[in-house]
Amino acid sequence: MQEFASEFTQALSLILEGDSELWAIVLLSMRVSVFAVLISALIGMPLGAALAVARFPGRRALIILVNALMGFPPVVAGLLVYLMLSRSGPLGILELLYTPTAMIIAQVVLVTPIMAALTRQVVEMLAEEYSEQLRSLGVSRLASVPVLLWDARLALVTALLAGFGRAIAEVGAVIIVGGNINHVTRVMTTTIALETSKGNLALALALGVILVGLAVAVNAMVSVLTLRAEREGVRHA
Amino acid sequence: MRDVVTEAPATLEVRGLSIAHEGKVLLDVPHLCLDGPGPTLILGPNGAGKSLLLRCLHGLIQPDRGRVCQNGVLLNGCHKARQAMVFQRPVLLRRSVAANLDFVLKRKSMPRVQRKPRIDDLLAEGGLDGKARQPARSLSGGEAQRLAILRALALDPETLFLDEPTSALDPSATQMIERMVLRASAQGVRIVMVTHDIGQARRLATEIVMMQAGHVVEQGLARQVLESPKSDESRRYLDGGLVT
Ligand SMILES: Nc1ncnc2c1ncn2[C@@H]1O[C@H](COP(=O)(O)OP(=O)(O)O)[C@@H](O)[C@H]1O
Ligand SMILES: [Mg+2]
Repeated sequence: MQEFASEFTQALSLILEGDSELWAIVLLSMRVSVFAVLISALIGMPLGAALAVARFPGRRALIILVNALMGFPPVVAGLLVYLMLSRSGPLGILELLYTPTAMIIAQVVLVTPIMAALTRQVVEMLAEEYSEQLRSLGVSRLASVPVLLWDARLALVTALLAGFGRAIAEVGAVIIVGGNINHVTRVMTTTIALETSKGNLALALALGVILVGLAVAVNAMVSVLTLRAEREGVRHA
Repeated sequence: MRDVVTEAPATLEVRGLSIAHEGKVLLDVPHLCLDGPGPTLILGPNGAGKSLLLRCLHGLIQPDRGRVCQNGVLLNGCHKARQAMVFQRPVLLRRSVAANLDFVLKRKSMPRVQRKPRIDDLLAEGGLDGKARQPARSLSGGEAQRLAILRALALDPETLFLDEPTSALDPSATQMIERMVLRASAQGVRIVMVTHDIGQARRLATEIVMMQAGHVVEQGLARQVLESPKSDESRRYLDGGLVT
């Protein structure tokens, strides 16, 4: 117990004294996950909106597929991206394996279905409510997409945060394609796993504290936005 | 709303309109012409097809058969015809009050410098001045419906459809809506409004269309229909509103 206390004190001093190794890892994590979430949003949100508004054969099957992909096992996503990027893989020539870019790709694979599924859900509900009114105002189905996306903005920011929460806390996929290389591809989750197994608990704990802080902050923001959305939609909902 | 008061409201004409669903006739209107000088109120029991008729006239629903003409021009689709519609429950965008009006003005390609004063005029018109920046969805029921009407009027429609716009409102909110409707009518907008409030029909209508079971059972000047209805269905409806 005493040992734990001293590790914890050490961890706090790492954080507070701005240990450069620690903060380099934190920054890389943030960079990778922010990029991954933005790219996922660029792909997933239009896709989700299209699924909500367009009518085509196979639409229902596609919705079920996208929803199911939200539960895709991260380790398998990592494996698939690894196979794509490995030297003998189809994208091997790009030499991206064990780079931050590879980690971004893996996270994009995991987060894009979340973006698409959540976007589809909120936009479809809104489209149902708006459909006659927008048609009455002369807004075509295609032109209604930006209107719906904008009016669903609170829910979409929530989706963005949820995606970031998933990306930053993910370990299985990034460790496979990133390789946990010191100063290159070590992010918070993979470092925690490695340092714990090496017995370097101070660094692992320090990263753990920051990761928990981030996760709590993200979820708090989600709650605030959800409450606000509820309040604004409270009448004639 | 226009500044010119002189022009007569648009004429709406329906020919051979019919809608059936699973063998049941929902709407069957061989001929209907709305060309009176003031508001037309559509009355009839629930399920008579009033909303269906309004949606056909506005182009929201494609009938199985029939044609709708405005000023002699065949209509297909809502917007090209300079029509607007106000629904029973106002559907407001999740934006500010002003942004709801700006949305339609922008769609009309009105330049920014003209939009701002136009929005102020409209808000004053609907008694919503001072609420420009408030989220539209936080308005009261009456305010929300007024905004919905202002937004419809911002399109400068020749015809304005209203489907029971006051059915969820209290008397004072209803009165404000009725005033807006009469003002629009006085400014030359063809008003076609559904109501189940006979008092409202009395207050607003120049002409009344009675519907039942998908049919127009009577059409005539308001006073004449209300005082001495020709059809049994109208008489029974006006006596108790209890026709099934
Ligand atoms: N989309 C639809 N599909 C099938 N039946 C409908 C549809 N819309 C309305 N109806 C039916 O048409 C009839 C007339 O409805 P409506 O026009 O809403 O009546 P109201 O006069 O009360 O406005 C009702 O019996 C209703 O059930
Ligand atoms: Mg109705």
